[in-house]
Amino acid sequence: MTAWLGTILLLALTFVAFAAALWLYRLNRGRPTLQALMHPLVTGPLMVSAMLVATHIDYDQYREANQLFFFLLGTTTVALAIPLHQQFHHISRLFRPLIITLIFGASFAVASALIIAWLLGGSVETLISLAPKSVTTPIALGLSEKIGGLPALTAGVVVFTGVVGAVMGPLIFRWLGITDDRIIGFVTGICAHGVGTTRAFEISARCGAFASLGLGMTGALTAFSLPWLVIFFLN
Amino acid sequence: MNLLRGLAVLVLFQGIGEGISHIAGIPVPGPVIGMVLLFLALQFSHTETPAWLGRTGHSLIRWLSLMFLPACTGLFFLPDISRNQWLPIAGAIVLATLLTLLLTALLMQKLMPAEADRP
Repeated sequence: MTAWLGTILLLALTFVAFAAALWLYRLNRGRPTLQALMHPLVTGPLMVSAMLVATHIDYDQYREANQLFFFLLGTTTVALAIPLHQQFHHISRLFRPLIITLIFGASFAVASALIIAWLLGGSVETLISLAPKSVTTPIALGLSEKIGGLPALTAGVVVFTGVVGAVMGPLIFRWLGITDDRIIGFVTGICAHGVGTTRAFEISARCGAFASLGLGMTGALTAFSLPWLVIFFLN
Repeated sequence: MNLLRGLAVLVLFQGIGEGISHIAGIPVPGPVIGMVLLFLALQFSHTETPAWLGRTGHSLIRWLSLMFLPACTGLFFLPDISRNQWLPIAGAIVLATLLTLLLTALLMQKLMPAEADRP
């Protein structure tokens, strides 16, 4: 009876923290830089952690109660096929620039993260957990599990990457003088996955469409190549 | 009802993907295989995406942050990350993301044809 009640309360905690985080996010609508920092995936987990620490509940128990969300992450990964299919006509028209940018961006994101972490003294486990950093969150989690990283670390790394990309992206595009929303969208989708894609949809519908194209293509490409590369390098 | 129908299709593809990943022993996550199979099914069906499926998919994607919240909370409860790993982690994220953004944007700007239909 008490276990059952605990599960319900821990599940409710997720919903309440998310609602509060979303409210905070919308409160800062007029301030893009602050708003990106206030992303629900930054403030929400902070609230849940604070609550768990305050009530002396361990994370495993919370995780167990929230299994539903872990399952739905997989379902949402499957659902990414839908925008990918709907935006796919862009690929035939812009095949060369999109494919070259995708292959360069997706591999450079992994390679640069690994080299920098290795130079700064990262352990093998850290490197493996960092590798899927530019891939959309549900795919990255599954990948990290498959290649022997720490999924919880990967989860944090991916969100942090998205926030950095969503905050710094607009500054970099302005600095380079890029105004084409197809470029802004596609590059944001490659580098800053879901967090960036949400920001891209705020710029324009077309920007968002190119961002989800970049997000889906990077996810698929990395998911199918990274596990083999990791196996190859570890042996 | 439409939401249920959409969910049923998505979970079905998720299950097929997981099954293939397990049985064939491929290191690719099951849901990713499911995503590719659904994508191929949509591409080769030569019809519009059914509205009920589109709506279910888009609402799931809209609530991605909510579903990701429990996983993300785990970052604060990592068991054995030694303290000296935080610099490589933070450094890699910030520097690598900036570099990737910059170079990818420059490359795509070079490659994209000038837009004709822009007013």
